[in-house]
Amino acid sequence: MQGYLWFVGKRLLQLLAVIFCGISATFLVTHLSPVDPVEQVLGRLSARSNLSPEAIAATRAALTEMYGTGQPILQQYFNFWTRLLRGDLGPSLLAFPTPAMDLVGRAMPWTLGLLVTSTLITFIIGNLLGALAGYNPDNRFLKAFGLVAMGIQPIPYYVVAFILLIIFGYFFPILPVSGGFAMDVRPGLSWQFVGSILQHSILPALSLVLVGFGGWFLGMRALVSNVVNDDYVTYAELAGVKRSTIAGGYVIRNAMVPQITALAMAIGGVFSGTVITEQVFNYPGLGSLLIDAVNWGDYSLVLAVSTVSITAVAGAIFIVDLLHPLLDPRVRAE
Amino acid sequence: MFSILRDLIRYNIEFAIGLALVAIVTIFAALSFFSPVDPTLIYVAIPDQPPSAQYWFGTNSRGQDLFWQLSAAFRNSLIFGITVAVLSRIISIAVGLASGYIGGWVDRVLMFVNDIFVAIPIFPILVLFYFVLRNNMDSFTLALIMACFGWPFDARLIRSVALGLKHREFTRHAVFAGMSTRKVLLEEHLPYVMPIVFSTFMNNMLWSIGLEVTLAVLGFTNLNNPTIGTVLYWANSHSAMVVGVWWWILIPVILIVMTFLGLFLLAISMNEYIDPRSRLRRMGA
Repeated sequence: MQGYLWFVGKRLLQLLAVIFCGISATFLVTHLSPVDPVEQVLGRLSARSNLSPEAIAATRAALTEMYGTGQPILQQYFNFWTRLLRGDLGPSLLAFPTPAMDLVGRAMPWTLGLLVTSTLITFIIGNLLGALAGYNPDNRFLKAFGLVAMGIQPIPYYVVAFILLIIFGYFFPILPVSGGFAMDVRPGLSWQFVGSILQHSILPALSLVLVGFGGWFLGMRALVSNVVNDDYVTYAELAGVKRSTIAGGYVIRNAMVPQITALAMAIGGVFSGTVITEQVFNYPGLGSLLIDAVNWGDYSLVLAVSTVSITAVAGAIFIVDLLHPLLDPRVRAE
Repeated sequence: MFSILRDLIRYNIEFAIGLALVAIVTIFAALSFFSPVDPTLIYVAIPDQPPSAQYWFGTNSRGQDLFWQLSAAFRNSLIFGITVAVLSRIISIAVGLASGYIGGWVDRVLMFVNDIFVAIPIFPILVLFYFVLRNNMDSFTLALIMACFGWPFDARLIRSVALGLKHREFTRHAVFAGMSTRKVLLEEHLPYVMPIVFSTFMNNMLWSIGLEVTLAVLGFTNLNNPTIGTVLYWANSHSAMVVGVWWWILIPVILIVMTFLGLFLLAISMNEYIDPRSRLRRMGA
C-alpha cells in the first residue's frame, strides 16, 4: 500500500509539473509573439464597421487595460496565474460579455462524453479482438479482421470522418450528420432529448472508433503472440492449467500492461481527433469552440480552451497512470 | 544493407507492398520538379474539367490542373514530414543515448522533461501558434514546432536500448581505451539504435503529415502553399462533393490512403524485423 501511495505522490507531482509547463507555454506563446491581441481585435472591429478615430483610440485603451498588455511581462504572467486560479480568463469576444470560462464549461460535457465513450469502446473492442487474434492466430475471421484494421488504421481522422459523412449524408441518409441534438427537441431530462443526443453522437463516435481500434488491435495481437511463446505459458500448458485461465490470467494480463501505458500516451492524440470530428459533424464541443475562437480572433476564449484542454488531457493521463500499478505489481514494489 | 533489403522483400509481404506504395507516391511527388505550371497560381486551366487525356486527374474549381497540383502538394507534405522526422530524431537520439548511458541525475532530469512533453497535448499548442503567428507561420516554422514535440516517446525507446548497451563488454573496452563519452555514444552505441530510428522515422512522418492535414483542413496553415491538407481544404470550401466535382476529393483521398498505408506498412515490418523472434517465425526457421 505504501508503495502505491509513493507512486501516486510521484505521479501527482508530475501532473502538476505538466499542467504548469503546458499553461506557461500557452502564456509565453501568446505573449512573447510579435502580434498584439489588442491590434488584432481592433483590426477585426474596424474591418466590420465604420468607427471614428476617437472611438478606435478609446477601444484600444479599454482593450489594453482589459488584457493588461501595458504591464511588464513578469507582472502579466503573475496576473495570468492569479486570475486563472480563480477560473477567470476574461470575457469572450465571440459572445461578449459571457465569460470565456462559461463557454468552455458549456462545451465541455459534449467533448467529454464523446471522448470517454469512444475511447472506452475503442480500447475494449480493439484489445479484446486483438487478444483473441493473437491467441488463435489461425482463425480466418480474425485474420481478415486484422487486414481491415491494418488498412483503416493509418488513414488520417479527417478522411475517415469525411468518408462517413459522404456515405451517411449522401448515399444512405439514415443518421443525422450534423449538430448535437435535433432542432425540434427541447433540452431537458426527457427520453426524447437523450435519444436525440445518442442518435446524433453515433456518427462522430463511429468515426473515432473506426480510426482508433486498429492500433489497439494490431498492438495487442503482436503483444499476445509474443507472450504466448513465453516459457511460463508453455509450462502452464504442460501443467494442465485450464485454457481460459491461461488466456485471461497469464497471457492477457501481462499483455495489458504496455497497452495501459499506450492508452495514457494516446489520449492527447484522441483529443486532436475529437476536434476534427466535431468540426466535420458540426458537434457543439470544445473543438468547435476552439475553431470558432481562432477564426474570430477571440483571444481569451482561445486561451481558455487551450488551458482547459491541457489540464483535462493531463488529468486523464494521470487517471490512466493510476490504473497501471493495479495491473502490474512491479510498479507498486518500486 | 542490400541483403537485409532483399530478405525483407522476399519474406515480408507487408514490407514489399509498403515499399511499392511509398515508391509510387514518391515518384509522383518527384514529378513536380518537372511541373510545367506554378502550383500556387489559380485560374490557369479551365475549371471543373473531369479527368481526361489532357487533364489526367481533372481540374478543380480554382482552375488548377489537379495532376500537377497534387504532385506539388505531395512533394511539400513529404518534405515536411521528412523535416519533422529528421529534426525530432536528432533530439530523441541525443536525449535517449545521453540519458541511458550517463544515467544518474542527468537521466532523471531528462526523463522528467520527457514525461512532461509526452503529456502535453500538442494540438491546442499548434492552434495557439497559428493563432498568434497567422500567416507568418510557414511550413518550416510548423515543422520546427512539431519536431519539438515529436521526440519524447522515441527518446524513451532509445534510452531503453542504451541502458542495455551500457553494461556490454565493448562499452567498457571503449571507455578503458580512453574514448570520450561523445565518441562512445556516436561511434559505439548509435549503430545499435539505428533500426529503431528508422522504424520510428516512418511513424513520426505519419504523425506529422496527419497533424498537418488536420490543421490545414481547419484552415490553420498557410493555405496558399499546396500540401495534402490544403488541397482538401480548398476542395471542402468549394463543396466539391456537393457540386459534383468528385475527382477533387476522390483522387487525393486515394493518394493519401496509399501514402499512409505505405509508410505504416514500412514502419510495422521494420519493427518486426528488429524483433528477431518474429523474424525467424516468418522465415520459417
